[in-house]
Amino acid sequence: MMPPDDNAPAMTMLPDKPLRFPGGLQLASNKAQSLGGPIRSARLPRRLYVPLSQHIGEPAEATVKIGDRVLKGQQIARSLSYISAPVHAPTSGIVSDIGKYPVPHPSGLSAECLVIDCDGEDRAVDSGLKMRAALDADPAEIRQKVRDAGIVGLGGAGFPTSVKLNPGPGHQVELLIINAAECEPYISCDEALMCDRPQDVIDGIRIMQHALGARQALIGIEDNMPRAIECLTTALRNAQDTALRVVPVPTLYPAGGEKQLIYALTGREVPSQGLPIDIGMVCHNVGTAAAVARALIHGEPLISRVVTVTGAGIAQPGNLEVRIGTPIADIVEQCGGYTADVARLLMGGPMMGIALHTDQLPVIKTTNCILAASRDETPDPRPALPCIRCGKCADVCPASLLPQQLYWYARARDFDKVQDYNLFDCIECGCCAHVCPSHIPLVQYYRFAKTEIWDLERERQKSDLARQRHEFRIERLEREKRELEARRAHARKTPDQAGAGDADAKKAEIAAALQRVKARKAQQERESGTGESLGAEQQRPLTEREPRRATQQDDEA
Amino acid sequence: MQFPTQSSPYLPPVNDVTRLMVTVMLAMIPGVLCLFWFFGWGVLFNLLVASFAAVGTEALILRLRRRPVRPTLGDGTALLTGLLLGAALPPLAPWWIPAIGASFAIAVAKQLYGGMGSNPFNPAMVGYVVLIISFPLQMTLWSPPHGAGHDLLPLLDAARLVFLEALPPGTRLDALTMATPLDAARNDIARNLTWSEILQRPLFGSFAGRGWEWINFGFLIGGLWLWQRRVIHWQIPAGMLGGLFLISALFYIADADSFGSPVFHFFSGATMLGAFFIATDPVSAATTPRGRLYYGAGIGVLVYVIRTWGGYPDGVAFAVLLMNMAAPTIDYYTQPRVFGHRDAGDDGND
Repeated sequence: MMPPDDNAPAMTMLPDKPLRFPGGLQLASNKAQSLGGPIRSARLPRRLYVPLSQHIGEPAEATVKIGDRVLKGQQIARSLSYISAPVHAPTSGIVSDIGKYPVPHPSGLSAECLVIDCDGEDRAVDSGLKMRAALDADPAEIRQKVRDAGIVGLGGAGFPTSVKLNPGPGHQVELLIINAAECEPYISCDEALMCDRPQDVIDGIRIMQHALGARQALIGIEDNMPRAIECLTTALRNAQDTALRVVPVPTLYPAGGEKQLIYALTGREVPSQGLPIDIGMVCHNVGTAAAVARALIHGEPLISRVVTVTGAGIAQPGNLEVRIGTPIADIVEQCGGYTADVARLLMGGPMMGIALHTDQLPVIKTTNCILAASRDETPDPRPALPCIRCGKCADVCPASLLPQQLYWYARARDFDKVQDYNLFDCIECGCCAHVCPSHIPLVQYYRFAKTEIWDLERERQKSDLARQRHEFRIERLEREKRELEARRAHARKTPDQAGAGDADAKKAEIAAALQRVKARKAQQERESGTGESLGAEQQRPLTEREPRRATQQDDEA
Repeated sequence: MQFPTQSSPYLPPVNDVTRLMVTVMLAMIPGVLCLFWFFGWGVLFNLLVASFAAVGTEALILRLRRRPVRPTLGDGTALLTGLLLGAALPPLAPWWIPAIGASFAIAVAKQLYGGMGSNPFNPAMVGYVVLIISFPLQMTLWSPPHGAGHDLLPLLDAARLVFLEALPPGTRLDALTMATPLDAARNDIARNLTWSEILQRPLFGSFAGRGWEWINFGFLIGGLWLWQRRVIHWQIPAGMLGGLFLISALFYIADADSFGSPVFHFFSGATMLGAFFIATDPVSAATTPRGRLYYGAGIGVLVYVIRTWGGYPDGVAFAVLLMNMAAPTIDYYTQPRVFGHRDAGDDGND
């Protein structure tokens, strides 16, 4: 184990009371609608559409063929790179197709999916994930199992969890923070999970803490979930676990933002462009912790998750345990279908979720909420007025940015300036757009600027590569030419020496010609070393002609 | 089932330009009522004419610019500009004074720069400055405040005077008008009177100009309400009043006979109207939290300098315009420290 980092906080250095991060919004929580009962199991649909990419990183590669029979929990796609996650069959059935199907993505594009015709038997395969004593196991083994279970961050981002369980060489994890803040309105899947399955949550946290070698672990939870806090603390008391603490943080959107939650709990700021591990911390979602417990203790890979189905557009809102790949329309139907008010379908919350154009899309690993909202809940965007620089956006920005300046420069496509104003510290939480009296879709401008900058960056890298290759080519041609000349000079020299005294004048002339060529070439090399490579290329035909002319003269003489 | 898509966030917006402007107009009511009480019908004529001129000019220019007229007028910004200018004008000024001022404010200071959100200068104050430079005589047509000499003109007489420039029979214009306390104090100081002597004159009340104390108090109340409703930030009024307090206290302590007290300056002229309603115009003001303080403080100091040593009786308009010029620079140098960065301006790569 590494010696403790002097800068890392000890337990005693944590603030007595959670701190308030900059900005933020008080939003109506709207979680009660979906918390009327326990988590229900959604019924198996006839057909599952399981995307190969449900996570950040490389898509998985299918390991089954069309027509194959698969069992529940069987791996059907493997990960090919470090930042990736395998995919498992959510139930037993037959692979009826592998191809492009619509998936929940902001682009609205289709992506590679495995289609499984369910046989209804739900026969499981032994996943081999179960560990007898995970808390005594080698961290590397735990990481491998978590990876094999296809677990990714269930809070919404979907980053492969095994990667985040590896602090990397030279890093000591002081604090594991479990993000149970669930700050977006309407979403209650984590709250339901903590109330219904506190044991899974606690077991998962212990395994994660062990894998990370973290000295302490905290559960950060918004203080508007007293029932979940109660369930967790009771479970902890029963387990006589005094090391793990549940810390309520004030309800303030976006308290569930990783950097915001870390600040609220510890008073420390994750450096810009950095990761929590840079300050000795790791943050995992509470649902992810439960998934780890399900995998390593009960042997279940990530084939289902809790999804909140809610909004005024849903007849009977609730939390459902849904198999990955289940079409959204199917689970809406199980929640009593749409009401007459439904106007919009969102995946995720009303602040950061994505608007879906159809309900014929599958639930994926990162689907925490299906929000069928009425027009009152999510009205059509109003026409944007000019910015009046009122600064309300800056008041609520949790990153302390100046959103109106970002907007101004993004609109003007001044991508240097927009980065000077730290565009990439924007977490797209939507607070600024929510309070803008001119109803400017600010986040849309920031996304636009970010993608444009990424595009430019890619272009730049491509042209850098092309230039490098071009320079190498020039160099190679030069080298080949030099070698050719050397050979020719050598070949000529030998007969000349044999017929010595033939013509001294002629020899001197040749030598002078070669000298001239060499001098010119040396000069050209100097220029191409410092100046434009294009100029060097344009010069090349000229310098190539010179020795040719010299040898011609030689031959004629 | 198919659904429309858009970019997040989706919750209904909580603010609205029109509502903000209407709130500001409502907040003007206490101050305007005091103005009306002490200076009579002319105050209402000014507000009315300036509002009509502002809205009419806005409509005209929008038509010329081929921009939608109705939605833009609906935002209320032109009306507010008219009202703010109207509240700053002398009550006996002829009708064309508010008309020219408001039209110029909207046409030149606002629409020529591109309309709402694009004007670098506070339109109402541009209008005011144009008037005071072009028509210095008309801009001094303040009547004595109610309770300091004559009765106020009745409605019909006031209307005839303002709209027809016809004096009530048997009076001269001189008899109807009187210098404002700020103006009177300047002249008296120039005549080597001490402040204690100046404050004895009937034009003055308990600690500042008669009536003006109450008018400023009215705008202060309205301004605090605006702050409480989070329509304005506290930094600009606090900066302006703080700056004005510091510099006036400094000179007052040094020489109480030759310089007005901080309280006098707080409750004279357009101090409170300026601090809460004019300097806080977001478009032309500084926008960073620290920048707003500096911006306000600059206005406060300039107001004092212009009142004390400048050529015009009140300096709010000039002070605001001067600080408008400085606002972009102030903003640039007062960027807040971004979360996760060490200092302001740090690029985060350390």
